[in-house]
Amino acid sequence: MQAESVVEGSEAVALAVKGCRPHVISAFPISPQTHIVEALARMVANGELDAAYVPVESEFSAASVLAGASAAGSRSYTASSSQGLLLMTEVLYASAGLRLPCVLTGVNRSISAPITIQVDHQDTVSLRDSGVIQFYVESSQEAYDVHLAAFKIAEDPGILLPVMVCMDGWILTHSYERVKLVSQEEIDGFLPKFRPENFLDIENPKTWGSYAEEDVLMEMRYSVQQAMQYGKRRIPEIFSELSRITGRDHGGLIEAYRTEGAAVVLVAMGSVAGTIKDAVDRLRDAGKKVGLVKIRCYRPFPHEDIRNAVQDARIVAVLDANFSMGSEGAVGLDLKAKLCGQPGAPPVLDFIAGLGGREVNADVVSRIVALAEQAVSSGSYPTESHWMDLNPAILP
Amino acid sequence: MDVQLAENQQELFAPGHRACPGCGMAVAARHILAATGSRVIVVTPTGCLETFTSPYGYSPWRVPWIHHLFENGPAVASGVAAALAAQGRNDIRVIVIAGDGSTFDIGFGALSGMLERGDDVLYICVENGAYMNTGNQRSGATMTYAATTTAPAGRCSMGKPQKKKDMPAIVSAHGTAYVATASVAYLKDLRRKVKKAMGFHGPRYIQIDTPCPSGWGFASDCTLAVGRLGVNCGLIPLFEMENGAVTRVRKIKKPVPVEAYLKAQGRFKHLFTQDRGALQVAQLQQIADGNIRRYGLADVEPKETA
Amino acid sequence: MKITIGAVTRGGTSRAYKTGNWRDRRPVIDTGKCKCCDICREVCPDSSVYVQAGVYTINYDFCKGCGLCAHECPAGCIRMIPEEK
Repeated sequence: MQAESVVEGSEAVALAVKGCRPHVISAFPISPQTHIVEALARMVANGELDAAYVPVESEFSAASVLAGASAAGSRSYTASSSQGLLLMTEVLYASAGLRLPCVLTGVNRSISAPITIQVDHQDTVSLRDSGVIQFYVESSQEAYDVHLAAFKIAEDPGILLPVMVCMDGWILTHSYERVKLVSQEEIDGFLPKFRPENFLDIENPKTWGSYAEEDVLMEMRYSVQQAMQYGKRRIPEIFSELSRITGRDHGGLIEAYRTEGAAVVLVAMGSVAGTIKDAVDRLRDAGKKVGLVKIRCYRPFPHEDIRNAVQDARIVAVLDANFSMGSEGAVGLDLKAKLCGQPGAPPVLDFIAGLGGREVNADVVSRIVALAEQAVSSGSYPTESHWMDLNPAILP
Repeated sequence: MDVQLAENQQELFAPGHRACPGCGMAVAARHILAATGSRVIVVTPTGCLETFTSPYGYSPWRVPWIHHLFENGPAVASGVAAALAAQGRNDIRVIVIAGDGSTFDIGFGALSGMLERGDDVLYICVENGAYMNTGNQRSGATMTYAATTTAPAGRCSMGKPQKKKDMPAIVSAHGTAYVATASVAYLKDLRRKVKKAMGFHGPRYIQIDTPCPSGWGFASDCTLAVGRLGVNCGLIPLFEMENGAVTRVRKIKKPVPVEAYLKAQGRFKHLFTQDRGALQVAQLQQIADGNIRRYGLADVEPKETA
Repeated sequence: MKITIGAVTRGGTSRAYKTGNWRDRRPVIDTGKCKCCDICREVCPDSSVYVQAGVYTINYDFCKGCGLCAHECPAGCIRMIPEEK
């Protein structure tokens, strides 16, 4: 029997983190994640959460505190966004290489310059090379549930990597939803105490963070990739295990929404998936065969699952809320790399939508579908990304 | 009671590390761990000490040790300390052993945060006055008029123009309970200070002068001799501070002019090969005399320089 | 040998690397003149002076020949001689 509460998305995340009993929480504020670390601070101050709360002087230190705590054998957590995530980047690369599990929430917000507090995925997508596992969530309920799974995934002996749960700033963190909460007993049953094999142990002293030469470095890097590949199998297992407790199944590495028989399949991640599902329903009602692949796990990249879901489509349209300057949207790049040249795989178009918080509504989605259909009928598949609703009149 | 070095087989810092012959830092590491004992976790940011002690598969550290990055030694240590406190392990202490590059410069912000938060970490800076690991580039710790590769001596330059950053004062300004300076030239004093620091909780800071034969330009057997000259000319004052006040100093029984210290090292040779070095030497003497006055190091008042 | 997860190394393994072959000169202790003051053992950066049956001895496996022991010895009983290869 689960309690239900109408809470701000940030509060839902804080409740999930609290339930997972971290020993150490580090905190440096940045909009729009600040409500999460503030909620955790209140919980600690009121004795509801028994954790060491370390208010650091920068995000570099926030992520570094996690590294030290994890190495010392303690479960640890922090949150950041945008510039803060970029500042954490060096630290997260090192923690991934050293196999130091920890969990952070990446509350999505665009990156300077120009400075903005509006939402897109540039910040978390910029970490895609680092060895940090990345999940994207559609709702506060999903955010709550995925945070519960995140610690277990990070700490799995075959994984041992930082895990980042990405959720759209403001849209999810600052809106109120009815969220079902899991009891502490059930969380404790699902998530055992953190007992790593490797830790800084005075009984068995080890040296961590060695200098590596060319005879071992490639293998050390490859072992992180191996952990990611193993994660592709293990993550859905952990999600399923949690689903049996919660009764909620958000899907595995992806959620395939009405992709059966779809001629056009959209691919997206984050809260925009909710908007797209509504648009898909409307288009289906109007007779169009449209579906959505919602990417839940972005790293490791679940190309096998995506391929299965789009195998019979005529065309795939990726919505990227990010852009790799000089090339195209990151998810588009990842997907094209895996589908291109594969027998029977549909062509992929990349659409840039929603940068800096520009609205992506059902009308935008319909127009993306129309552009995809036009490509099919003309037989001409643009290789450059299409920037939706760009206003050329104001370009310099 | 003085802390002694253990029998070699029990020493917590083993041989076989890759330090340059005569490295002051390696001497310091042995004596630091002799004073702390084995129930410590050591955090070392990137630098000479990290590089010469951690080629993969070969480690001299017989205590748990972690190297993460260059600029986050204090923050990683804060995380370790927080974890140990959360686990109820008050029998294990956390120390950072870091070079001056990390301490004075790139990790300065993280150090300030650690001090301000009051984290239970003993921070030891083993300083050789430059970014030595990358080949002797200037740092905030480089002595005035020393030549380094990024502040070399030349037709238009007499080496580093800036003063050495006064880290003990900056650390103490954070309200730090115990701040000390030490030198590998005085090992019993070094051990005493480390042991004393271990008796406090909260942040503590010890800065150890560790002369560098390779970078400073002197023969590998002169490391302690150069260290003694640095202390006894006043450029390297040895003192202890508790809660902002100087509580104890090592008086200079046999003062030497700074010129003796400078002439012993290649990094100052440009002050003696051209006519115009005399002004710089006099300025360094003034800095030394200033230290002697400020910390009360002289048994006898130094002569006023012209 | 398989790499470890997180590239972790056991403590004390530096002893497998014999820095003694760095030397171009070696210390020799005149144990007759030695006052057992322990200074040579204290100052060695490489823990290469030890006491065996009351006698101060050099560990030539690791001694790098820096000369600090000879320089600091108050009895002057350590001399540096060229290393024979």
